[in-house]
Amino acid sequence: MTLIPTTHASNEMNPAISMILQGQYAGYEQSPDGYELPGFMLGGEAGLNSEGFGLGHGELVMSSNIDDRFFGKLTLAIADHDGATEIELEEAFIETTGLSYGLTVKAGRFFSDIGYLNNQHTHAWDFIDAPLIYRGLFGNQLIDDGLQLRWLAPTDFYIQLGAEFGRGERFPSGGASNDGKGTQLLFAEFGGDVGDSHSWQLGLSHWSAEVVGRQSDAHAHGGATETPSFTGDSDISVIDIVWKWAPQGNYSQRHLTLQFEYFQREEIGDVELIGSNPLETTTYDGKQDGGYAQVVYQFMPRWQAGLRYDQIEADNRGSDDAILGEAGLDNEGHTPKRTSIMLEHNHSEFSLVRLQFNKDESYENSDDQVYLQYVMSLGAHGAHRF
Amino acid sequence: MARTGFKMRTLHFSHAILGGMLLWVSIPAHAALQVFACEPEWAALIDELAADKASVYRATTAQQDVHRIQARPSLIAQVRKADLVICSGAELEVGWLPLLLRRAANPKVQPGKMGYFMAAEQVERLDVHATVDRSMGDVHAAGNPHVHLDPYRMMTIAQSLAKRLATIDPSNADFYHDQQQQFATRWQAAIKKWEQLALPLQGKTAVVHHKDWRYLLNWLGITTVASLEPKPGLPPNANHLARLNQQMKTAPAAMILRASYQAARPSQWLANKSGIPAIVLPYTVGGSDGAQDLFSLYDDTLQHLLNAIGASDLK
Repeated sequence: MTLIPTTHASNEMNPAISMILQGQYAGYEQSPDGYELPGFMLGGEAGLNSEGFGLGHGELVMSSNIDDRFFGKLTLAIADHDGATEIELEEAFIETTGLSYGLTVKAGRFFSDIGYLNNQHTHAWDFIDAPLIYRGLFGNQLIDDGLQLRWLAPTDFYIQLGAEFGRGERFPSGGASNDGKGTQLLFAEFGGDVGDSHSWQLGLSHWSAEVVGRQSDAHAHGGATETPSFTGDSDISVIDIVWKWAPQGNYSQRHLTLQFEYFQREEIGDVELIGSNPLETTTYDGKQDGGYAQVVYQFMPRWQAGLRYDQIEADNRGSDDAILGEAGLDNEGHTPKRTSIMLEHNHSEFSLVRLQFNKDESYENSDDQVYLQYVMSLGAHGAHRF
Repeated sequence: MARTGFKMRTLHFSHAILGGMLLWVSIPAHAALQVFACEPEWAALIDELAADKASVYRATTAQQDVHRIQARPSLIAQVRKADLVICSGAELEVGWLPLLLRRAANPKVQPGKMGYFMAAEQVERLDVHATVDRSMGDVHAAGNPHVHLDPYRMMTIAQSLAKRLATIDPSNADFYHDQQQQFATRWQAAIKKWEQLALPLQGKTAVVHHKDWRYLLNWLGITTVASLEPKPGLPPNANHLARLNQQMKTAPAAMILRASYQAARPSQWLANKSGIPAIVLPYTVGGSDGAQDLFSLYDDTLQHLLNAIGASDLK
């Protein structure tokens, strides 16, 4: 890649362009086709990577200041699904760059600011796969089309308050209810430093949606294909905490990150099995919660090791337990758990090779999983997010 | 990471309580110019030119590698309040400054605004590359950004900065002008002294950890013969160090230089193998006990360099 000398970081006359290349080898003891999280209706990108060699999704990212008031960013995700190459519009948003009074308005399609990990791209994650709670609730990540408002308090102590209003057409909402204004999020973030060596951030968020016809994976049932569909109200509350340590705040030698998130979802409404004849329906009063805790340690330059523990649980009720069971909403007396360890090597800031093992007890058949993954970034320098 | 230059006026008791509350809500924008300095050297330059007219937040210390800073919450909160953001620029802070500016939503300090001052972009830079490829390592297309150890470039930057301060804070324009004049006089005298002191350094050779010393060594007439980093931004490795050791056997350098934030082991290893003195330079203000402001930063740096060649001459 050739760059024209410029005094500005991302080439202000042209968009900053970057590409992400990802791929992996995945080995499983159990068949990935049998994967489930009992008590959770799976959708979105939930599920395991295909076994053996595979391509993770590539990304093409373009961003730039549009003028002195607006910033814009477009992310295309390119992936193979069943042999066909699909291009997905992952992000396409504009954002104000200095409205005054600490206000920012963002509009378009973007990763929601719910929780800590949600608004990070998969290639920025510390593990190859999403935490189970993200997989169970969002199909890995919550993305919506809409509007975000943020206010940053004029204090030394970091306080940011925000709200999102979304269309709610994509999993896990569905239906674009309320005339295409189906979801809302309120969030607050707090953070600061403790001396030179420690920094932290605490987030609280609450998401609510009016769901119309959220569908999850279809399954064959007595010759007919039945697709579970939920209509009702969905509410999610989240707390997330991140604590980082680096000796004297110098991240180049050693640093440690502790990360914890906990989600609780309550849903009330009806579930039907589309395709059943006669149509089978049940009331549904769902409670799902859980989270993960992880620690990642750079023990010497270029080398990081990580440990993560996931646990989630569902407690769902309804007028017809058999239909709930067919919709995947019976917890089958199981508490999904997973323990992951990883080791990664960054040759430079732009390339990463990662080895990861999971002891995955998502469902009754415990699975040992191994991944060898690469993530490479080409082009514009990525941002060092906290 | 401390605030300096903020003076609270004498207040009546009742006002003191109210003032205290305001202080918590926002360190007052009316009391002094709020400056966010990415690096200690620019905070020190603000101290020289603005004295108590500015309240400076130091985003990093001499113990931190500024290439690797994260856009953490405390920094976002500080940029939100700033009247002026002063950084090296030329891509040094490319990993975190653009994100800070976006997240802080402060119209005064966005690129192109008066409150956005990139010091390295006020002067001509060395090593500007017509083409840059990442296989070259973390090379900045905009040239080497570590300009603050060239006293002549510092003087030019001080001139531009004084003008900028006067634009942002016109009520104190005369003050900034006078401060800059005084600084220039003292600085020119210091340059004379430094250049006299540094005569024995001319024509010497050095191995450097990273290309932080480009401008300093260029000024002093010291030749860089090798870097401990195999490519800029990549940490030193055993093969590369072994090669350097061989190179030192045939053509020994006079010294091995590293900054206080860089790992000690690579330069110590090479020093032990080759017998060439490895020295730690302060690099920026706060990088050694002696380097407490811009003048003493240069004094201390020269002292360390002179000690090093004194030591090697004795061998």
